[in-house]
Amino acid sequence: MSSGGPNWFKYASPMAFYPLAGRLIPWFAVPAVVLTAIGLYMTFFVAPVDYRQGDAYRIMFIHVPAAWMSMWLYICMAVYAALGLVVRTRLSSMMAQAIAPTGAMFTFIALWTGAFWGKPMWGAWWVWDARLTSELILLFLYIGVMALRAAIDDTRRADRASGLLALVGVVNVPIIYYSVQWWNTLHQGASISMTAAPTMSRIMLWTLLVMTFAFWAHAFVTSLMRVRGIILERERHAEWVAEMVDETK
Amino acid sequence: MNLTEFWHMGGYALYVWSSFGVTAAFMVGELVLLRRQRKETLDRLRRIRDIET
Repeated sequence: MSSGGPNWFKYASPMAFYPLAGRLIPWFAVPAVVLTAIGLYMTFFVAPVDYRQGDAYRIMFIHVPAAWMSMWLYICMAVYAALGLVVRTRLSSMMAQAIAPTGAMFTFIALWTGAFWGKPMWGAWWVWDARLTSELILLFLYIGVMALRAAIDDTRRADRASGLLALVGVVNVPIIYYSVQWWNTLHQGASISMTAAPTMSRIMLWTLLVMTFAFWAHAFVTSLMRVRGIILERERHAEWVAEMVDETK
Repeated sequence: MNLTEFWHMGGYALYVWSSFGVTAAFMVGELVLLRRQRKETLDRLRRIRDIET
């Protein structure tokens, strides 16, 4: 890299990324708060009552974004894990580690809200249908990746082992996504796709999108906050961390 | 629409508020936890520094 523009590779170093992450957090925190407020207002006051599901369908405005984020964050975690394994940049493994808890949280929220929608609509909290089961496996994968890391003391070995598990588990994501087509599931098919017009009203679609971006912004905030903590822990012997600790007193 | 009606959620209050309540608790809780962890990490690093110097 010679001339023109900042050298982006420099941010692959934890020392350079730590302050950058700190500066980025407000840029996602503000949209997270604003979009959540708008999304909740649309959920409860703009979107009309569904003629068949009544007000229970409003659960969809958190269920669907949470489910999307659970899969998307897993892919992000797996990509960082792969970079950590192949390119061996320490920051990649730290990012993979930082994303996992938020991904697990959204997976749990998707399952929880699904149960509380399923009970009044299907008459069951839970069914062993392909969509629900593969989403539950996703939760176990997240927990497995975190537990495996926690069980290994040597950081580099922990990076490699948990990264490998994250990478292998990524096959589950298309299984979740296509489960409603591949198997005869109680769970309904996708209402939104890239290739066809959505089978829902415009206002419902917009509410879903606003809530999705709100959750996404939340994921950015928490991942950046968490990776800063991870950097401090793992680089605690570095000079710059010592200097920073002195400054913050 | 009045407040009682809003709370009632057309008879689905238990399901709607359990979903939104738990989601809110988790998302806000995650942020609170991260802030506390950051403070604890910095405190611990300072203690280590004070022992070593």
